[in-house]
Amino acid sequence: MRQIPMREPDTLLEVRDLATHFFTDEGVVRAVDGASFDIPRGKTLCIVGESGSGKSVMARAVMGLTRAPGRVVGGSVLWCPDQDGQATDLATLHGNSRAYRAIRGPEIGMIFQEPMAALSPVHTIGTQLAESVRSRHAVSKRETRERGIEALARVGIPEPAARYDQYGFELSGGMRQRAMIAMALAAEPKLLIADEPTTALDVTTQAGILDLILDLQSETGMTVMFITHDLGVVAEIADSVAVMYLGRVVEHADVDTAFHAPAHPYTEALLRALPSIHAKTGERLAAIPGMVPHPFARPAGCAFHPRCHRFRPGLCETREPENVPVAPGHGARCLLLKPARKAAAE
Amino acid sequence: MLRYIIRRVLWAIPILIGVSIVSFFIIQLPPGNYLTALMASMRATGESVDMSQLQTLSERYGLDEPMIVQYWKWISGIVLRGDFGQSFLYTRPVSDLLWERLGLTFILAFTSMIFVWLIAFPIGVYSAVRKYSIGDYVMTFVGFIGLATPNFLIALILMYVSFTVFGQSAGGLFSPQYLDAPWSWAKFADMMSKIWIPVVVIGTAGTAALIRIMRANMLDELPKTYVDAARARGLSGAHAVTKYPLRVALNPFVSRIGWELPELISGATITAIVLSLPTTGPLLLEALLAQDMYLAGSFIMMLSVLTVIGTLISDLLLAWLDPRIRQGVVG
Ligand SMILES: Nc1ncnc2c1ncn2[C@@H]1O[C@H](COP(=O)(O)OP(=O)(O)O)[C@@H](O)[C@H]1O
Ligand SMILES: [Mg+2]
Repeated sequence: MRQIPMREPDTLLEVRDLATHFFTDEGVVRAVDGASFDIPRGKTLCIVGESGSGKSVMARAVMGLTRAPGRVVGGSVLWCPDQDGQATDLATLHGNSRAYRAIRGPEIGMIFQEPMAALSPVHTIGTQLAESVRSRHAVSKRETRERGIEALARVGIPEPAARYDQYGFELSGGMRQRAMIAMALAAEPKLLIADEPTTALDVTTQAGILDLILDLQSETGMTVMFITHDLGVVAEIADSVAVMYLGRVVEHADVDTAFHAPAHPYTEALLRALPSIHAKTGERLAAIPGMVPHPFARPAGCAFHPRCHRFRPGLCETREPENVPVAPGHGARCLLLKPARKAAAE
Repeated sequence: MLRYIIRRVLWAIPILIGVSIVSFFIIQLPPGNYLTALMASMRATGESVDMSQLQTLSERYGLDEPMIVQYWKWISGIVLRGDFGQSFLYTRPVSDLLWERLGLTFILAFTSMIFVWLIAFPIGVYSAVRKYSIGDYVMTFVGFIGLATPNFLIALILMYVSFTVFGQSAGGLFSPQYLDAPWSWAKFADMMSKIWIPVVVIGTAGTAALIRIMRANMLDELPKTYVDAARARGLSGAHAVTKYPLRVALNPFVSRIGWELPELISGATITAIVLSLPTTGPLLLEALLAQDMYLAGSFIMMLSVLTVIGTLISDLLLAWLDPRIRQGVVG
């Protein structure tokens, strides 16, 4: 593995211009097409965006689990597990290589959106949990079991020893998701990717799961990449936010800036679609006019222009916006923006 | 689990009773009965009819009595004494003919099934994991040829090859010197040297079908999130595939055993005739043509019983494999 020096040694994961395309019979779907963001160690980054914006595809690309006919066709995923500032570009590794397998599980854990679908229907929780334990520690069968039960107890599952031998379908939705979290955490990963882990759950259970993730984060100091389309969740847990639209990160900022001084009209629209910033979780983003276009029909110029309330004819549909650094740690892809330094000079 | 097994076994009882009634009804379908047919054939050949012998037979089977009484005599003979009645054609007890044929048929069917599984299982998995690869296309092509070629044609080709290349006549399961010999290792070895031809013939179509089924089952399971979740826990792709989707894809595979067993036994009749195999198929055909009702009825009943037993076995296997069935969540 080639080691690449990081620009910022405090960054655990730096994704640059990542592109995953699906080569289908109907044509090429550019599900992720130049997404960039980074996550500092120990922090929580929320990836937000409407359904179909490429959040899950991007998460799989980071995990090296892109499914055919999809392929990572460009960009880099710089993984810097130690503070020495030396990073590995995961995008250059084969998804099934030994090097990647050593990272999946013990280094980067993932929770999938549907806890039921992510559990085998014919294997016990324990069978699946044990894999996670053993990916980190080469321990005896008995100790694997003990550690597995411990992991279930830590995520607040009552009677963990009994649950260990049960099947996924015997558990409630909330318990299933807790079991999935236990599986990811049993390997003590440095980065936890959670893909809409609370979407399928009722509000009370959601709140419980969010608290659990926050508690575990403060306990272990792990870094979290949290995917959601729920801004209420973002307000609760995020340190920084990356807003995705049609496979690109259109705005990247810390959470306060994203909520109070968003630079991109899409972020503004998302916020306006939220009844109140203090609203409870569970609100869906629905009220932005129009629909997310299919990646086949990506609009020319700025892909958001047909739905944009600041649309400027003659500009927005003619040029693709670059990322504009509007302030330190705050960037947005909008043609109406001016870079921070230039704006100050004018 | 125990309750499930007991329930399934208990369920088999009324089904078996129903099966025996239907089988009995079938053997009563032809006009007249065994004795009138016997008398007719004796008169036709000019033999004198021994009325007292007819009388004993008539009483034994209660041929003058109502259907229900006849049925009771027949079924109680089978259940209590293992007496399936008399074969009109062979003038031997049906049970003599039945067990010998059934035993050999079972050996043949079982060997064929193992052959089919050993070949279909890995190829089906390979075809699914390497979907649309050259290997997949080749297997699909060969499989469809196997499906489309009539068994008797394969049988004739193999017999020809066996005769010209190996100088061995391929008919039957035994060499002449072992035909009536008691079972010994030499007889067993002799049978094994001959059994591969019927096994290949009977197994070819089944193999092709099972490859398609296994491939389809695997293709259903491979894209499931739980496979990715296993890989996300650090499992290699091959390990994740063999541990998870293969296990789930096994279920529809196992549920086929139920009807594969009788199909292997009754479905190979033409092959058995071409290869002159001492199995049930040719004898059943013969019995039906000659209206040998007790012989035919007993075979039909035993085939049905095998179906019920096969289904029972596959149900129990499924329950053992799939916790959802075991706990009554589905099925
Ligand atoms: N296997 C696939 N084949 C073709 N297109 C796909 C496939 N998987 C995902 N996509 C496309 O990628 C886009 C992004 O999907 P996804 O990442 O699941 O969105 P999100 O998670 O943000 O809701 C969607 O438009 C979807 O149609
Ligand atoms: Mg998604």
